[in-house]
Amino acid sequence: MRTIFEKPDALTDKITHYCPGCTHGVIHRLVAESLDELGLRERTVGIAPVGCAVLAYHYFNTDFQEAAHGRAAALATGAKRVRPDLILFTYQGDGDLASIGMAETIHACNRGEKITTIFVNNAVYGMTGGQMAPTTMPGQVTTTSPAGRDVAECGQPIRMAEVLSQIKTPGYIARVAVHTPAHIVKAKRCIKQAFKYQAEGRCYSLVECLSTCPTNWGMTPIESIKWVEETMMPYYPLGVKRTPDEGEGG
Amino acid sequence: MKGNEAIGEAAVCAGCLNYFAYPITPQSEVAEYLSRRLPEVGGTFLQGESEVAVSYMLFGASAAGERVFTTSSSPGISLMAEGMSYLSGAQLPVVIVNIVRGGPGLGGILPAQSDYMQAVKGAGHGDYHVLVLAPAGVQEAVDLTIDAFTLAERYSNPVLILGDGMIGQMMEPVEFPDPETIPPPQPRPWATTGMKDRRQNLIRSLFLSPDSLEYNNMHLRAKYDAMERDEVRYESYHAERKMDVLIVAYGTMARICKTAVDVLREQGLKVGLVRPISLYPYPMQVVHEAAQKAKDVLVVELSTGQMVEDVHHAVAGSRPVHFFGKTGGNIPPPDRIADEVRKLLVKKPGKSRKTGRKS
Repeated sequence: MRTIFEKPDALTDKITHYCPGCTHGVIHRLVAESLDELGLRERTVGIAPVGCAVLAYHYFNTDFQEAAHGRAAALATGAKRVRPDLILFTYQGDGDLASIGMAETIHACNRGEKITTIFVNNAVYGMTGGQMAPTTMPGQVTTTSPAGRDVAECGQPIRMAEVLSQIKTPGYIARVAVHTPAHIVKAKRCIKQAFKYQAEGRCYSLVECLSTCPTNWGMTPIESIKWVEETMMPYYPLGVKRTPDEGEGG
Repeated sequence: MKGNEAIGEAAVCAGCLNYFAYPITPQSEVAEYLSRRLPEVGGTFLQGESEVAVSYMLFGASAAGERVFTTSSSPGISLMAEGMSYLSGAQLPVVIVNIVRGGPGLGGILPAQSDYMQAVKGAGHGDYHVLVLAPAGVQEAVDLTIDAFTLAERYSNPVLILGDGMIGQMMEPVEFPDPETIPPPQPRPWATTGMKDRRQNLIRSLFLSPDSLEYNNMHLRAKYDAMERDEVRYESYHAERKMDVLIVAYGTMARICKTAVDVLREQGLKVGLVRPISLYPYPMQVVHEAAQKAKDVLVVELSTGQMVEDVHHAVAGSRPVHFFGKTGGNIPPPDRIADEVRKLLVKKPGKSRKTGRKS
C-alpha cells in the first residue's frame, strides 16, 4: 500500500494543548514538513518562547531549549555562533518577539544571525489570558484594553515584518497567513525558503504568520478566520518583504 | 599584565574560546583584549546588544555544549540577573566575571565590594545559588577563572568571579599554567546538538507540575549542599592561635588588611585574618572557629556592610562583631584599618572586657 499522507518525522505523537480553532498546530506542521523535506531535522535545535508555544518542545521531534520571555533570538545566537553546523529556529508570539524581545529580535536580524524565526502574530497575549499585545488592532478589546485599543494612548500596532525590512543586512523577511488552504500552501513555501537560506548559510530569516486566537478574541473559529481576513490582513499585508538578493522588496 | 586582560587570557588558557559581552567600565579591556585574541585561536567573540541578551547568548552556547563566559560590572550584572536565574534553573555551566564598581544605580566606576549580597544571596528570582569566588590579586584572578570552568562543569551551574575595579585595572606579574595541566572540558551528553538517533535533549527551567519543580529544586539544593561540603575556600593569616582581634575581609580589601595585620603584629598586637575566597559557599565553620580564638571580630569591606551579615551568622553571637567599611571608591590604607583595630583594643574602664580579664 502506498502512503500518501503522514505525520512529519519532525513532529511527535503528543496531542497539543492548543485551543480549538488556533492555528499554532498548522504552523507547527509547516515547520516540521520544511525540516523533513530539507533533511534538517537531525541537526535542528528549536528555541521555545514564553507564551502559548512554551511547550512546543513536546511537539517537535528535535532538540530544544526553552527561553525566557523575549530572549529566544539571543539563545539562538549563542548556540549558532558556537555551533554553526546546527540549524536554529525560534518560535515566538507577538508579546514575546515584538514587545519584551524587540531588542533581541532587531539585533539578531541586524547582525545577520544565520537563524530562522517563526513569528506567530495573533494580535493578543494568549497564554497569560488575552492581554493587549504590540500587534493588537486599533479598537480591539482585550483584558487590558477593555474599551478597545486606544491608539492615542498605546500607539498603532507594530508591523514587525516591515520594521525588519528596513534593516540593510541581507535577510529574508516574509508575512504569511494560514487561515485557508491556499494561504497555507503559500506559507509553507516561505517557511521552507527561510530554512533553506539558513541551511545554505545565507542569512537571517523571519516568517511572520498571521494566526487566530478564538479563545481570547471571543469568537468562534469561523469568525476568527473572517477576522484575520477582514481586520488583520488589510493592516498586515502579506508577501515576501525582503530577500537576501535585494535591498528592500515588496 | 593588567587584571582585565589576564582574566581574558585565563579563559583562553582554560580552553574557553567563546565570549559574549557588552562593554562597561571598569572591565571593558577584557572585551577589547578578547576581540583581538579569540580570532587568533579560532574562537567566538561577539559584542551583544545588552547584558540581558549576553546572558542568554551564554545560555544558548552552553546548552549547545560549549564552554562560554562573559565579563561585566555591577550595573551589567544586574541586567544579567534574570539570565542567572534561568541558567541556574536549567543547570548550565557558564562563567561570569563581575569587576565590581560602586553603586547603587550608576554609582561610580571605582572599586567597590557592594555587590556581595547580589552575588551570594541570588541576584535573580527563585531558589538558586551561583558558586562565587573572590580573588585578591591578578594571579589569583587568573587561577580562579581557570578553576571556575571546571567547577561550573562539575556542578552544571554558573560560577561567578567577584573581583573589583582594583583587580581589573591593576598590573601585576602573572603566570599562566601549562594548558596540559588544566582538566579538559567534560562531555555534555545532555547538550542540544541535534537529535540524530537519540532521544530529544531539552534544556529548560519550566516545570509546571508542583512535583517536577520541587524535584528540580531539591536536585539544585543537593548540588548546593555538595558545594558547601566540598568547595569552601579561604586563606587564614595568623588566625591559628589566640588573637585579640580577628579581621574578616575578602578580595582587594583582604589584601590591604593583610598589610595592616603585619603592621599590628610588628607592634606586638595579636591580630589575625581570615579571607574567604569562596563567598558562596561561605566558610562559616572556619570563621566561627577562628572567632573562638579572638576576643573581637572586625569585618572590613568596601561597602556599608554586606558580608558582615554572614560573619554574624557564622559567629552566632559568640563574640562581638564590629564593622568598618569605606564606600564610593574610597579605599582605606592599612594604617586606617590598624587604627580601627586599635580602637577595639583600647581599655574601656569599667566595662572593657580586656580590663575585666586582667582584674
